[in-house]
Amino acid sequence: MSKAIRKFLLSMIAPALLLVSGGVSASGASVDVHVDIDLGNQAALQRGARTFVNYCVSCHSAKYMRYSRMAEDIGLNEELVEANMLFTGRKVTDHMLVAFDPEDAKRWLGQAPPDLTLVARSRGPDWIYAYLTSFHRDADRPWGVNNPILPGTTMPAVLSGLQGEQEMDADGHLHSVTEGELSEAEFNDLVKDLVSFLVYIGEPAKLVRGSLGVKVILFLMVFTFLAYLLKREYWKDVH
Amino acid sequence: MVARLKQIACGLIGWIDARFPMTKWWNEHLAQYYAPKNFNFWYFFGSLALLVLVNQILTGIFLTMNYKPSEADAFASVEYIMRDVSWGWLVRYMHSVGASLFFVVIYLHMFRGLIYGSYKNPRELLWLFGMVIYLLLMAEAFMGYLLPWGQMSFWGAQVIINLFGAIPFGIGDALTVWIRGDFAVGDPTLNRFFALHVAAIPLLLVALVFFHIIALHEVGSNNPDGIEIKKNKGPDGIPLDGIPFHPYYTVKDIFGTGMFLILFALIVFFAPEMTGKFLEPDNFVAADAMVTPEHIAPLWYFAPFYAILRAVPDKLMGVMAMGGAIGVMFLLPWLDRSKVRSIRYRGPLTKIAVTLFVISFLVLGALGTMPAGDVETWIARICSVIYFGFFLLMPIYTSIENTLPEPDRVTMK
Amino acid sequence: MSGDEVDLGRRRMITGATAVTGGVGAACVAVPFVSYWEPSVAAQAAGAPVEVDISELRPGEKITVEWQRKPVWVIRRTEEELATLQGHEDSLRDPQSEESDQPDYVANANRSLKPEYLVMIGICTHLGCSPTFDPGRELESGWSGGFFCPCHGGKYDLAGRVLNGVPPPKNMAVPPHRYLSDTVILVGEDEGVA
Repeated sequence: MSKAIRKFLLSMIAPALLLVSGGVSASGASVDVHVDIDLGNQAALQRGARTFVNYCVSCHSAKYMRYSRMAEDIGLNEELVEANMLFTGRKVTDHMLVAFDPEDAKRWLGQAPPDLTLVARSRGPDWIYAYLTSFHRDADRPWGVNNPILPGTTMPAVLSGLQGEQEMDADGHLHSVTEGELSEAEFNDLVKDLVSFLVYIGEPAKLVRGSLGVKVILFLMVFTFLAYLLKREYWKDVH
Repeated sequence: MVARLKQIACGLIGWIDARFPMTKWWNEHLAQYYAPKNFNFWYFFGSLALLVLVNQILTGIFLTMNYKPSEADAFASVEYIMRDVSWGWLVRYMHSVGASLFFVVIYLHMFRGLIYGSYKNPRELLWLFGMVIYLLLMAEAFMGYLLPWGQMSFWGAQVIINLFGAIPFGIGDALTVWIRGDFAVGDPTLNRFFALHVAAIPLLLVALVFFHIIALHEVGSNNPDGIEIKKNKGPDGIPLDGIPFHPYYTVKDIFGTGMFLILFALIVFFAPEMTGKFLEPDNFVAADAMVTPEHIAPLWYFAPFYAILRAVPDKLMGVMAMGGAIGVMFLLPWLDRSKVRSIRYRGPLTKIAVTLFVISFLVLGALGTMPAGDVETWIARICSVIYFGFFLLMPIYTSIENTLPEPDRVTMK
Repeated sequence: MSGDEVDLGRRRMITGATAVTGGVGAACVAVPFVSYWEPSVAAQAAGAPVEVDISELRPGEKITVEWQRKPVWVIRRTEEELATLQGHEDSLRDPQSEESDQPDYVANANRSLKPEYLVMIGICTHLGCSPTFDPGRELESGWSGGFFCPCHGGKYDLAGRVLNGVPPPKNMAVPPHRYLSDTVILVGEDEGVA
């Protein structure tokens, strides 16, 4: 019987493995950095939330995400969120919308800044991290900056005050040319926290999915073991 | 007390049986349905397909309660289910993962039929019902994939519907407009696909699954040895190699269900996107008729046929090749001329052919999800030739090869 | 199939254990599906406490606000109307509102925090219609008007207490509420909830 189990498992897992090995995610430019996201690190999520509210929400919405859900999930006090993170007149149960009309943004920037609720699911955390750390001077661009991860980006280098400005040499390497408020390590941590936050808002259920999954699978193992005993018991009749 | 309860239960069953064939059906299809005792693990997938069908219907009904089939609201309503509805994320993942696992189970179920000759006389109609189920399932999955109204939903539907545009004499273009109800995929398309996905096709599917099971129970199950157990009956008229489906295969299938659910839960809770294979990254961007994603690929379960489509340089011929790749499977019962059913007793030609076929199908599946370069296209062409060769040469290699003698009684391997 | 060595007791035990475990599993699966029907976060957000500005409300008038998709009335009663709330306890089904839905802090004849302002859910406790506000109406002795439900003839006094002999079983409900200031009432939240 154990042979049958092994074959069964193999037959179920083999297609899955094939799928996984079938190629990398199709979306976005491939990037060679990798960030390890730990959604269990609540402090990082809180720092990411602060960065997101301070630097992103003025232009980018997260229109499927509610402030109240964020507060509850990452351990922020609702009153403090209401006092510090919301535009006046907004309720804490509101979605994270931008302060201005997207049509205005389209006029100013050439295109409306995309909604960021699901950006971590469509682009992946590595891409966002690479993008946010790779702005460099480019006099030909309207905002004076370009980005090798998304060439021709219409986004200004919003974080350059923190990072300092960069230049790209002929080989495509980025070099720091001015000092920012933060050291390189501090800045990279800030971006990583922000990316963690974006991963969280992309799928809030991710915070509970894994721990619930462990319980479900342990239960199923007990059930399957009993079912195996039952099967073996009845099949004693069959010769 | 217990005796009294038993008496009441018997009375109730008698009352129902006088008015409805409950006990009769129970016996015919479970307690006195004699299945060969040598089913191996390949025989789990029939009952698992039924399990996944129930899962899809149950979770689908619940998703319908909060999903809004309109261009303006569809994408947001899926995110609403994922965030605001209690447990909505779980119901949605059970449905989306279930869809992919449905195809895993069905492909393995079909492969079982293929290697043990389960389509051969007298089970041709059983196979045909199964093939229609497979076709309906593909339609169901394709239309369901439009509903989240992401970029891949939109452009996938756009591409697949435009395949019909390959039909010549001006029919094609008119047909694509008719299918969409608009000049591009839009609100009317979404609405009709929703109606078909949640009502029409599921009804047909359930009906055909019913016919499939009735046809199976009429002729009896095949088995890994491919021999008829009805030829060897005991004095009581029961096949010597048969065992009642209930309890023996019910308990075995419960065990199979447990194993399957562990795998299902692993994916639902730990990898619902399956690295972009079950839920594609681009589908987390709302549909935009102005921008096509860089790489359009169908979900993995359509990939082999998509690879065949792309392998042919001509549009009409490509569409015909793709349709033919599915259509040829309907002919399997008549292409196979072998004297024996099971691969166990066939000659080396069939064994080689099946091996090549499986490899070509898997390679085509992998190619179908990747961007097509020159090398990939040539590999796809070779694999397409093998794929069709497997079917079209079958009348030859199955009739010329020597088969091994079949045993009189089933073997327990 | 030889049943000679079969231990029926063991078989029954394993069958029972598997069935019970499977039953527990099925019950656990039912939890998310039952819970799926609970008001979503969006419905809860839409049903959040609402502020009512009563600075413009004159004696004898009523304003209606929506809270949890129900009409909530704020009524400013005149001195004469308040006087009608005494002395007819015999004709009321539940004069002390002991069987009715209301917060503890309105357990008085006026059923209000401040005597003149009545905050009440304008839904008849019979079958959910919204009664009309009929302060002056005199239909029978012992009732000097109040609320009248057109669906099945429910009658209430000006504190929303139901009269004897009409279908509604309970007085109309008073929602949790508190004064944010002299002129603003927050409906849907008790005092003491920060």
